[in-house]
Amino acid sequence: MSDVSHWSIFLNAALVNNFVLAYFLGICPFFGVSSKLETAMRMGYAVGFVMLVASVCAWALNLLLALIDAPFLRIISYILVISSTVQLVEMLMKKLSPATFRAMGIYLPLITTNCAILGLALFQTNRGYDFLQSVVFALGAGAGFALALVLMAGVREKLDLASVPELVKGTAAALVVAGILSMGFMGFAGLGR
Amino acid sequence: MIAPQEVRQTTAWEMYRSIVGIGAFCALVIVIVFQGTAARIHDNQERFLAAAIADVLPVAERTVAIAIGGDGSLVAVDNVSQLPAFLAYDGSGALAGAAVAGEGMGYQDVIRVLYAYSFEKKSIVGFKILESKETPGLGDRVEVEPHFLASFEALDATLDAGGRGLANPIVTVKQGEKTAPWQIDGITGATITSEAIGNILNSSAGIWVPVLERDAESVGARGAEE
Amino acid sequence: MARKEITPTDEFVKGLWRDNPVFVQVLGMCPALAVSNTAMNALAMGLATTFVLLMSGLSVSLLRNLIPREARIVCYICIIATFVTSVDYLIMALSLELHRALGAFIALIVVNCLILGRAEAFASKHGPGRALLDGLGMGVGFTAALLFIGVVREILGSGAVFGVPLFPDGFQTWTIMVLPSGGFFAMAVWLLLANRIRQKQEDAEKRAARAGT
Repeated sequence: MSDVSHWSIFLNAALVNNFVLAYFLGICPFFGVSSKLETAMRMGYAVGFVMLVASVCAWALNLLLALIDAPFLRIISYILVISSTVQLVEMLMKKLSPATFRAMGIYLPLITTNCAILGLALFQTNRGYDFLQSVVFALGAGAGFALALVLMAGVREKLDLASVPELVKGTAAALVVAGILSMGFMGFAGLGR
Repeated sequence: MIAPQEVRQTTAWEMYRSIVGIGAFCALVIVIVFQGTAARIHDNQERFLAAAIADVLPVAERTVAIAIGGDGSLVAVDNVSQLPAFLAYDGSGALAGAAVAGEGMGYQDVIRVLYAYSFEKKSIVGFKILESKETPGLGDRVEVEPHFLASFEALDATLDAGGRGLANPIVTVKQGEKTAPWQIDGITGATITSEAIGNILNSSAGIWVPVLERDAESVGARGAEE
Repeated sequence: MARKEITPTDEFVKGLWRDNPVFVQVLGMCPALAVSNTAMNALAMGLATTFVLLMSGLSVSLLRNLIPREARIVCYICIIATFVTSVDYLIMALSLELHRALGAFIALIVVNCLILGRAEAFASKHGPGRALLDGLGMGVGFTAALLFIGVVREILGSGAVFGVPLFPDGFQTWTIMVLPSGGFFAMAVWLLLANRIRQKQEDAEKRAARAGT
């Protein structure tokens, strides 16, 4: 698509059609990691980075698949590239910041099954973004994901200290908060046009 | 009784053998399914397009798939692309119009539309949404809302003096405020989607109409000879 | 506690309620919320996921002696991706319209933690028969959960179910229910109900256990 400005793509991915709150992508880590602000931020960075790498790889892979005319290999190749990227990030994190690595625990390898990253790759392919548009899209999506995660974590930390009925504690409360956040983000509709 | 599990390292050969084996298995399954469904999918797509063209241009009897070539001129093509375009001929073989597909970003996701251009009336005379994931009950009203669709019965697409672009850009206006033939009567409550459609038509027509006006006759003549 | 013999029926039934993927394990929520704005989409998504669960569970089980332990996750992902690609093309051949409605979420079945989870936790350790039953149970449980959410969202949000209008024209639809927020809210309410029922079950079991001793 040629007539969409890069700024518009960024805003759209980050706010108007936030990956978590509008497209329901990346929900598992969203509810799993968002109870502590610290872990939420770290997760946000990790996912953002993987998104960027995955986006570039998906763009390159798409060109290759078009060249050899094998569209049916798309899903497999995308997911394999994403798994490898996550492995890479894991290794890097282990080396550069072992404390963070331990804090993230099981959630780091789980980024592979994070729908948000595969979703990002698939959306950008469907919309036919070129290289720069894809990068901006990934940056916006990562920023939006991190934003949603941090907002959620902030609210949940406070909620943990409040007196919430036993039944509602945990995921059910988080879902309601997510619903309200999603409604709030709907207010961004039309931004950046 | 359960024997104690032996945890032994897999040898390199075993690893290689397994990965290749699994890879071959996966490849086999995918190729079988792909080949098996290809014909059916192709038929589905053809039928869908044919129905859509019949919808926007009822007089069309025969169509020729076209594309804008590298040098900017119109060429007849064999395979139908993601965003196809067609020249349509009526029963007597005369050029009845053109059906062009356009796409752009809506509220939720990409919207794909098909519109019919009439050479006679120099305007868009038919419109149909091919693909849309807009919100049910809100954005998707663009598919059924009568006053919105009425705008496409004669949506002016005359070219400017130089013949390079539209004289008046197609634009969506607020519901009830349509005063000119190149305006689309928008839908309140579905502003973003209706405006998106206006943008899609404007940019697509801006590219296609000049080329169609210039080259359609010659492509048609070549096509009739074949 | 004596070890109960797990019958084949048990394998199937556990996915329906006790280990329900959506309401108990809280897995595979992304598609549960994203494509459940109409009952039809929810059903189609549930069936597609069940297909992938069955086929990948069967394959992993049949190939379980061949898959090297060190690279098992990658192999599972490959196998799952294969069947997701297959179901993608099968749906396209079946109905272009349905394929468009579900869009990228068909491909996203591959990252549904449920399928990978079952492959790792069950299919790789049991025979094909059991794996099939487990996959079927989880799939049906998943589809049912999706349908619950989908039907509620469609009834409240569009005044119809499976496209059939239920209310007279004057009914003011709760459009929020077909928007993303509605998905979160619908899921929250069902989860609450499910938690309540499970809690009651657990209380009853505890009382029975105390009475028994």
